[in-house]
Amino acid sequence: MKIHEYQARELLSGAGIPVPAGQMISSVEEAAATYKAVTSPGSPLAVVKAQVHAGGRGKAGFVKLVKSAAEAEDAARFMLTHRMHSPQTPPEGLEVRKLLIAAGVDIMPRAGGAKGAGEEFYLAVTLDRANRRPVLIASREGGVEIEKIAHERPEAIIKAPLHPVAGLEPHQGREVACRLGFKGKHILAAADVMSRLAKLYLARDCSLAEINPLVITNPTTEHPDGRVMAIDAKFNFDDNALFRHKDLQAMFDPTEENPGELRAQRFGLSYIALDGNIGCLVNGAGLAMATMDIVKLHGGSPANFLDVGGSASEEAVTEAFSIILSDPRVKGVMVNIFGGIMRCDVIAQGVVNAARKHKNTDGSTGFRVPLVVRLEGTNVESGRDLLRRAAADLPTLQPATDLADAAVKVCRAVG
Amino acid sequence: MSVLVDRNTRVICQGITGAYGAQHTKGCLLYGTQLVGGVTPGKGGTRDDNSLPIFDTVEQAVKATGADATMIFVPPGLAADAILEAAASGLRVIAAITEGIPVNDMVRCRALLDEMNASRPEARRSVLIGPNCPGIITPGRKTGAGTSKDDPYTSASKGAGGCKIGIMPGYIHTHVSESKLGKSVGIVSRSGTLTYEAVWQTSALGLAQSTCIGIGGDPVRGLNHIDCLRLFEADPDTHGILMIGEIGGRDETDAAGFAKAHCTKPVAAFIAGRTAPPGRRMGHAGAIVGGADDTADAKIAALKAAGVEVAMSPADMGKAIARAMKIG
Repeated sequence: MKIHEYQARELLSGAGIPVPAGQMISSVEEAAATYKAVTSPGSPLAVVKAQVHAGGRGKAGFVKLVKSAAEAEDAARFMLTHRMHSPQTPPEGLEVRKLLIAAGVDIMPRAGGAKGAGEEFYLAVTLDRANRRPVLIASREGGVEIEKIAHERPEAIIKAPLHPVAGLEPHQGREVACRLGFKGKHILAAADVMSRLAKLYLARDCSLAEINPLVITNPTTEHPDGRVMAIDAKFNFDDNALFRHKDLQAMFDPTEENPGELRAQRFGLSYIALDGNIGCLVNGAGLAMATMDIVKLHGGSPANFLDVGGSASEEAVTEAFSIILSDPRVKGVMVNIFGGIMRCDVIAQGVVNAARKHKNTDGSTGFRVPLVVRLEGTNVESGRDLLRRAAADLPTLQPATDLADAAVKVCRAVG
Repeated sequence: MSVLVDRNTRVICQGITGAYGAQHTKGCLLYGTQLVGGVTPGKGGTRDDNSLPIFDTVEQAVKATGADATMIFVPPGLAADAILEAAASGLRVIAAITEGIPVNDMVRCRALLDEMNASRPEARRSVLIGPNCPGIITPGRKTGAGTSKDDPYTSASKGAGGCKIGIMPGYIHTHVSESKLGKSVGIVSRSGTLTYEAVWQTSALGLAQSTCIGIGGDPVRGLNHIDCLRLFEADPDTHGILMIGEIGGRDETDAAGFAKAHCTKPVAAFIAGRTAPPGRRMGHAGAIVGGADDTADAKIAALKAAGVEVAMSPADMGKAIARAMKIG
């Protein structure tokens, strides 16, 4: 599960990691007052940011620096009344419902750095699969994409493993801070942030806890040494662990999810929408991936990943059909089921019943697009017999003899 | 011969009183597995529908039954602890079927398991299979036991040489004495139904399976591909190895290196997820493309470079291992 930036800031702040003053708003009317609350006359700079999970906000004009309440209101009006378009949004764009208004931060220039470069760092805790433990990842180059750095200059990335039970030791944080180039009091401040971030990662069952950038601010009268502060953060949580974090569940924003995927979740199906035109209904995640692969191999384009569960019950298949066909791009469906414990004749009956019952968007009943069904496993012969007999009243149904035959048939059927 | 489990393996079920645990306890009994008892804390002293004794702790179960393996069906939030309990009680093979265990639980569990194993002589170490897996099976002969000929679990009986620990349909597997070609394939896979598909294809081609190991779809688990390659390579009755992987992590890439350096037996592989979009979790918690190295194409390239016969289509898995073994 992902959360919004404003929620991530709340988590950081709750864990004792300094963040700039800021507040979430959901209407234009709140903008001016919120701007005033997070800024002061001496430092009028603030930033208005659209709260969406999709990236590319800056280039799309959905992150704006403002210097007055009127500018904040203008930015808020623009963002809340226009759809955001970026390479990561769907073609029709994304409606923005929430904004974050946060105080601008005066970042300390980096000594010896390029002109205009500030003291910005990257910090994250995530799972190191190869070593089967969490790892702290840090880089002196904050604010940019870490994947790019990892790919182009892996030596610019510093890693420190967390003990699976004890977490990050304070000395590890100090060492990483020194290697990042922190000096003097900032070393302890940065190490403290790392400690707290590592604790947060473990305590909240994160799969990613990222601060990008972590900055050093310019000295002020209140903070004569400047502060080490988190400007932006991103959290992903382990879905398997959400059952023990009620407060995190409450942060879930259903408007960020694909409606089909949400519906699938409610029925215990695993569904991911893709952009092809051949719907896939499969039992088992590995077989479902392999089915997408074989469709592609035969020149087709899969519309989705769908794991209907090991038993492929009639209820699950009915729901799955309905989710798959709610995507208007779908021109044909391939069902691929390996009947293990559940017998093929039972599965075939379920598939046929579900197809007969299927409600089209115009209210009519029955399956209209080509439906290629491939069954294998226990009692497969009676399962196939059943499919052949059902073809009389399900004219688009085509039983397949094997996996390759099914892929060929469905690709041919959608043209 | 086989790896890890055989006709003599004595198995208990942790979570035997849950619906899923009870169903598959029955299935394993029908297959001919020596299932000798179960564990549900608080229900010790009672018996299940098959008259198997139920114990409060794994330690009690081991003492009373002489079990050396377990299958775990306890709910996700309690499963990591169940694994550690099994290991602490000295069980040699732990098949964790449970799906949905929090990753941090498995990180902790695996670290503690490794610690426990490090203090033991090799012969007494616990091998973890899974979690989120179908389990492990060493096929037995089809003797017509079980409830009927079409019973999906059955086809072997006590003494037929088989051992099924987990949720896979038993009857699709073939014992070497009943295979047309008289050769056995060892199968290792991160997936459930895709494994059954591979078993089905090899059986249909006249091949047998020595042992099939479902290592599971989670990012942190017990056995990896590389461990299974090592086991199959050392097993004199495994004649070829079929490895089924998927996107995410670098286990298949590591296994490719191992195959090149150490495997004298033919190896074939299939990697699922060539069409999977990056950053999306494809059903399995571990099946997610994170970077350039863990895509299906990167893994396929590594396997090919190691001389492994790669099936590009899931319909070709059986034929790929047959090609690698130069038969059929």
